Amino acid sequence: MGMAAADGQFHVLAVDDSLIDRKLIERLLKTSSFQVTTVDSGSKALEFLGWHGSERNMFNETSISPKIHQEVEVNLVITDYCMPGMTGYDLLKKIKESAFLRDIPVVIMSSENVPSRITRCLEEGAEEFFLKPMKLSDVNKLRPHMMRTKFKNENEKPEKEEIITIGEADSDMEKIQRAQSLQQHNNNNDNDDDNNNNTKRKSMDEGLSPDRTRPRYSDLTVMSN
Amino acid sequence: MEIGGEYLEILGSSILMTDYLEYSNALFREGLLDGQFIQLQMLRDDSNPDFVVEVVTLFFEDSQRILNELSKTLDEQNVDFKKIDANVHQLKGSSSSIGAQRVRNACIAFRSFCDAQDVESYGFCFFVLFPDQMCLRCLQQVKQEYLLVKNKLEALLRLEQQIVAAGGVVPTLNDVS
Repeated sequence: MGMAAADGQFHVLAVDDSLIDRKLIERLLKTSSFQVTTVDSGSKALEFLGWHGSERNMFNETSISPKIHQEVEVNLVITDYCMPGMTGYDLLKKIKESAFLRDIPVVIMSSENVPSRITRCLEEGAEEFFLKPMKLSDVNKLRPHMMRTKFKNENEKPEKEEIITIGEADSDMEKIQRAQSLQQHNNNNDNDDDNNNNTKRKSMDEGLSPDRTRPRYSDLTVMSN
Repeated sequence: MEIGGEYLEILGSSILMTDYLEYSNALFREGLLDGQFIQLQMLRDDSNPDFVVEVVTLFFEDSQRILNELSKTLDEQNVDFKKIDANVHQLKGSSSSIGAQRVRNACIAFRSFCDAQDVESYGFCFFVLFPDQMCLRCLQQVKQEYLLVKNKLEALLRLEQQIVAAGGVVPTLNDVS
């Protein structure tokens, strides 16, 4: 059930309030053999990524997250800068502040060449900044960012993991977590649907689990969604 | 021997293709279209043969809507310059995305003339006293450029249709941008 990029295809989430630009970016990405989802606002993007406003909520309840968000892996977010409501910069910030979204590479597009804007985005963690309109040659630059993250993920995850650990490689925390997740996996009979989902990352922060239905340490039984 | 039919067909589509090249070259020379339009054409393929037509059609619809909005806004008692700016920004973006260079430039000029907050940076009293007037002038300019490129694009796409109907292949333009 997990739409992991096991078939080798990267999935890009494109965010732009302009219909024409969405059409354009979709075609550009599809021509380059990426899977594409387009949305017209930052809030819809966050929704799609499975971000639910407050990560604190995860402890309080077994929230019913729509299945689709748990099944779709997003390898890159490309967003327009100027959008009504939530700008591309706001979206970038929210993603980078989120424990389980922060490792998704984010790329910003803008029709205006404003150096301070570019710097701000890069400082906030954007991988690249493109001037619109995007060209095919720009889209070719996206793949390395996706491969880098995916490669890092694949190196770190145990075979049939249910919890993915992303982050700085080889820190002690990482090793502990990896060992724990392996142990948890061995104790679980069920094969969970949500493995391979890069958008649901095990946080390095204390106690925060991206998956609301599975408490991290105490309970080794997998709860169904 | 029946050579007439095929020969004429090849001749016919060749003529059309030559027309097409001349026509499109002129558009680029006059600055009506820029390299972005060629980028669009590069995205058209067998699985998406109507891509350019679709995007251009979207552009026409969107632009018409924005131009109507702008007229309406400028007609009001208290002109909402922020709304004007937002709309012109949108049109600038979409025209840039399809390669309608002169429309885009007209939008850029529009924004710099009609940004009421920046008016003091221009030493021109005329602008300060009559921002509405300036905006109207700018709107006229944008409309003009838009209608011009609309006519030309429609003609260009019609030529493409004719080429395909005559059994020819639409020539790929070189990106000179």
